[in-house]
Amino acid sequence: MRNAWTIAKREFNMYFVSPVAYAVAFMLLIVLSFIFVSMMGAAVSGLGGAPDPVQLLGVFSTLLLLFMTSLVTMRLVSEEQRSGTIELLLTAPLQEWELIVGKWLGAVAFLGLLVIITSIYPLILNAYMEPSFDKSALAVGYAGLLLMIGAMLAIGVFVSTLFSNQIAVFAATEAIMIGLWLISSPTQNDSGTLASILNYLDFSSHLYDTFFRGVVKVTDIVYFVSFTVFFLFLGTRVLESRRWR
Amino acid sequence: MIQVESLTKRYGERTAVNNLTFHADKGEIVGFLGPNGAGKTTTMRILTGYMPPSSGTAVVAGYDTLTQSLDVRRRVGYLPESVPLYTEMTVVQYLDFMAELRQIPNRQDRVDDVMEIVNIASRAESYVGNLSKGLRQRVGLAQALLHKPEVLILDEPMDGLDPQQQIDVKNLLREIGKDQTVMLSTHILAHAQELCNRVIIINGGQIVAEDAPERLSSRIAGGSRVQLTVAGDGTGLQEALQQLPGLTAVRVITDGQFEIETAPGKDARPAIAHLVVTGGWQLLELHQEKLSLEEIFIQLTKDEASNVKKAEA
Repeated sequence: MRNAWTIAKREFNMYFVSPVAYAVAFMLLIVLSFIFVSMMGAAVSGLGGAPDPVQLLGVFSTLLLLFMTSLVTMRLVSEEQRSGTIELLLTAPLQEWELIVGKWLGAVAFLGLLVIITSIYPLILNAYMEPSFDKSALAVGYAGLLLMIGAMLAIGVFVSTLFSNQIAVFAATEAIMIGLWLISSPTQNDSGTLASILNYLDFSSHLYDTFFRGVVKVTDIVYFVSFTVFFLFLGTRVLESRRWR
Repeated sequence: MIQVESLTKRYGERTAVNNLTFHADKGEIVGFLGPNGAGKTTTMRILTGYMPPSSGTAVVAGYDTLTQSLDVRRRVGYLPESVPLYTEMTVVQYLDFMAELRQIPNRQDRVDDVMEIVNIASRAESYVGNLSKGLRQRVGLAQALLHKPEVLILDEPMDGLDPQQQIDVKNLLREIGKDQTVMLSTHILAHAQELCNRVIIINGGQIVAEDAPERLSSRIAGGSRVQLTVAGDGTGLQEALQQLPGLTAVRVITDGQFEIETAPGKDARPAIAHLVVTGGWQLLELHQEKLSLEEIFIQLTKDEASNVKKAEA
């Protein structure tokens, strides 16, 4: 575990010397601020209702899903494989799972930091709202968001073990994430086993009706945590597979 | 310290390493020679626990590389061929990171020490990506020395170094090789000849020769070669030399110059000198030359290549 921490620290620090991370941070915070300003504008002019933190979180998580996580994870293991630096890591006394977990932790810390910075928008909003909205509901929404980020970054880390080309990693991660976001849409109006399985697998179904409404359900936590563990496990197996390939 | 037993590595159809058996002891510097694609890097990757063999065993520093990989990795320092380093880190950041991974106590002191040893302290704050090939090589070497490994495995350690740096590294390796085990691969045979106690030549994944560099010369050549020069054109000398026992071939190079190959074991020079002088020729020069490692290497790997061609035909 100590080694995973060493890896995580390095990864986290490396985000701040890489232009990609700044681009991601800029995009996320600027795009959100535009959305925030327009929501405020609508409320002031009386065209829209009071700004809804759930809406902000919802738009925001979609954005994250579509672009940010795969941008943050695409180089993690693939770059090590392309440049060959993985050879020095795996000939040091470091186990594969420690490398994977470390990479994931570093990415979670970086993206988690960005997400926490975004909480300034609802907090600013709150200062001007009467009555002020439920802060514990906001905290629950953010907790859900962080859980989702953890699961999505785990997918990204796993895919980055598959290819040494970052573009390929980005595209494949995107494909999986968008797939998981939309998986239940064909059976949205159906009922039955298939529909309920697909609905269970759907990312959004574990966020919008629960976390974003301030409701915590154990099944949702289990869903995201098991997703995370599963993909981190897969990533570890891929790295280990060089032992029998 | 390194004990390799019928090691084989196959990549699909291709056999990269075929039934290698060798050993390297404590206090020994072993050179691993061979043309490109001979299986040097694959063997070293197996020894460092980076990849497993298809069959056979490798025991390094007393631990099996397959079943006790972590124990091996704790005791081995490794410099991979292309020296893969994080270009976006500074030298000191990088070494500190590797020291932390290896859980070295007082790691700042140790990082300072190894930077001193490989003479890179003046560039400690430079980004690795901005360093020249030779300097990167030294950072890679520093990284391999961090944990004072019992076994040092170096893939092409001299690559990209200027002559002064090569001398420095050689001295360093000699120092380390006194009480640790060093295994290095190289294309440059002169380095192996100078540095190694023992040389293993591999080609096509198999060992073609293994011995001390100086003994390899005599063993493989089967004898030695004598250059003889006499005044004038040396008429009749070739015939006279051919009568001498213990010579396997006599060739005329130009007028008065001969190249003589002798059978192994006995020094033929006194007999040749005697013949020349008593025969009335004027002896100008007589010297015995040993086949250089270079010639042995070419001879061995060429034989192998032609055998393969024959087999394919």
